[in-house]
Amino acid sequence: MTSPLLELDNLHTFFYTDTGVARAVDGVSFHVGAGETVGVVGESGCGKSVTALSILRLIRAPGRVEQGSAIRFEGKDLLGLSEREMQRIRGNRIAMVFQEPMTALNPVFTVGDQIAEVARIHANMSKKDAAVKAVEMLRLVGIPAPEQRATEYPHQLSGGMRQRVVIAMALVMNPALVIADEPTTALDVTIQAQILELLADLTKRLGTSILLITHDLGVVAENCSRVIVMYAGEVVEEAATVDLFARAHHPYTEGLLGAMPRVGGTAERLATIPGTVPPPTNWPDGCRFRERCMYAWERCATEHPPLYQIGGGHTSRCHLAVEPERRAHPHTPIAAAIGASAA
Amino acid sequence: MASAPPSIRVPASSVRQRLRSDSRFWIGLSTLGIIILIALFARFLAPYDPNAQLDISSLHSQAPSLAHPMGTDTFSRDVLSRLIYGAQISLTISLAAVAIAMTFGTLVGAVAGYLGGVIDAILMRLVDAASSIPTLLLLIVVIALWDEIGVVFLTLLIAGVAWFTVSRLVRAETLAVRDADFIVAARALGMPSWRILARHVLPNVVGPAIVAATLAIGNVILLEAGLSYLGIGVRPPTASWGSIIQEGAERVSDLWWLTLFPGLAILVTVFACNALGDALRDALDPRQLLASLGDETVQHTR
Repeated sequence: MTSPLLELDNLHTFFYTDTGVARAVDGVSFHVGAGETVGVVGESGCGKSVTALSILRLIRAPGRVEQGSAIRFEGKDLLGLSEREMQRIRGNRIAMVFQEPMTALNPVFTVGDQIAEVARIHANMSKKDAAVKAVEMLRLVGIPAPEQRATEYPHQLSGGMRQRVVIAMALVMNPALVIADEPTTALDVTIQAQILELLADLTKRLGTSILLITHDLGVVAENCSRVIVMYAGEVVEEAATVDLFARAHHPYTEGLLGAMPRVGGTAERLATIPGTVPPPTNWPDGCRFRERCMYAWERCATEHPPLYQIGGGHTSRCHLAVEPERRAHPHTPIAAAIGASAA
Repeated sequence: MASAPPSIRVPASSVRQRLRSDSRFWIGLSTLGIIILIALFARFLAPYDPNAQLDISSLHSQAPSLAHPMGTDTFSRDVLSRLIYGAQISLTISLAAVAIAMTFGTLVGAVAGYLGGVIDAILMRLVDAASSIPTLLLLIVVIALWDEIGVVFLTLLIAGVAWFTVSRLVRAETLAVRDADFIVAARALGMPSWRILARHVLPNVVGPAIVAATLAIGNVILLEAGLSYLGIGVRPPTASWGSIIQEGAERVSDLWWLTLFPGLAILVTVFACNALGDALRDALDPRQLLASLGDETVQHTR
């Protein structure tokens, strides 16, 4: 097997805060192949975005990527590169699409200028050529009257338009990998589908890989070939999308699937996962999902589960992999019991 | 939509165009322009020699009259002529000092705020230390060291005590902008730090600095006045607006024209600078445009 485009190996990103060391990303490994679209799902605070920023080495003090982590991209170890070499990769080989198109664009420059700037930095284009390129990119992302729009400021465009501009900026240099961090969360539902379709269509045409970070399993189902589920700074389950939807193994993934609205669903209320993600300064011993889990038993309190192989590239960080009979005896999770007594 | 929305007619680099349609810009610019012209052509405009004591026995302390529209001072000098000549010194010193203070303060503040960490700590402690020295004490030290200082040194001295405020302000603005998504996005696009600082941070923090600078001009004119009073800076009999006020300050109850007219001159200058500053701030910030264009744009942005 040829080496994948991007490979994270045992990534640890810690933040040294006043309240303690926040282990936001705590031993994450996964890979993204060339041309592949991989989804990363999980609740807020589970380390998705920090993982994305770590790949681009955009973690600022008090945060730090720890020793022993490795991020290999196109055969290079990104963590070993100088800041200068890293700048040549950002926006050029790996680009990022942000969640908030309202704020991801500089309010004081026209969108044309901002797209052109990327071409000027990475391709050394003249001002004139870069301006032409900017209009070309705006046309590519389906913005009508691109010559006109290029001269407008971000506040003159709608949210969907702005996100198209952000995508245009990401694709200027035809990068090998686009990291999309919740690219549609801030948009109207009707626009979301358009933006995702655009991203999928363009990257397919250009052969770009996507790392799609989202909390929306519906988005994953439609766009990704493989899914990585993160919880409390760790990968808890990884599987091909079809496999994950058919045979979710980790109770957390089950919970996420149960919390998804379905057409024709019979349940009157959507299922929820009781409790919240514990604070990253203080992950529980044993299984980090234990208190919210309806199968948890003694072993989960004492033994931190490894990522078990459960066949066909499907992995799960749950002791149920070795004691499957426990699944027959669900009970009320501790977090729900606490919640009920508190209420 | 029958007619083209107004936003479409606003071209890319429309700062100039926005200034052109701003009445504050024109009022500020023309007022300041007139004051500068008066200063430049003082020689032709002043009715008398500003330092000539016309008739110390019978023409001193005269209230405004046709011959002396702003009266005369206790040395029988024509106040209008002194005011016109004083504009030269006052404007040169204050504009130059503010320009230096703003440039330096903005650079220090932006670098400290953007880079953060050790550099920020060192720069800001320096600013703290420097601004903890009372201005008056500093000036007394200067007097003790030098008997007489030139206009250039005086300008540098004033700039030297005025830049702290600007650098603090710009640093605070930079801290707010530094973690904005578009700065993270710029870094994610591979832009080098200096370029992010110059192109993405500075344009977003320069607005408050300009406003602070226009306000500082008033203070600087007054500081120059204080310096004249202490005997450094502008030496008698040379006229500056500050020195005229200082000379009249003791007689403000009876010889009111000695303080009123230079005071008005300072007021008008500061007002003109503020109007100009407000117009510049708005022109440099396209977000302000939205409000001024109204409903049609809002409709258009959807």
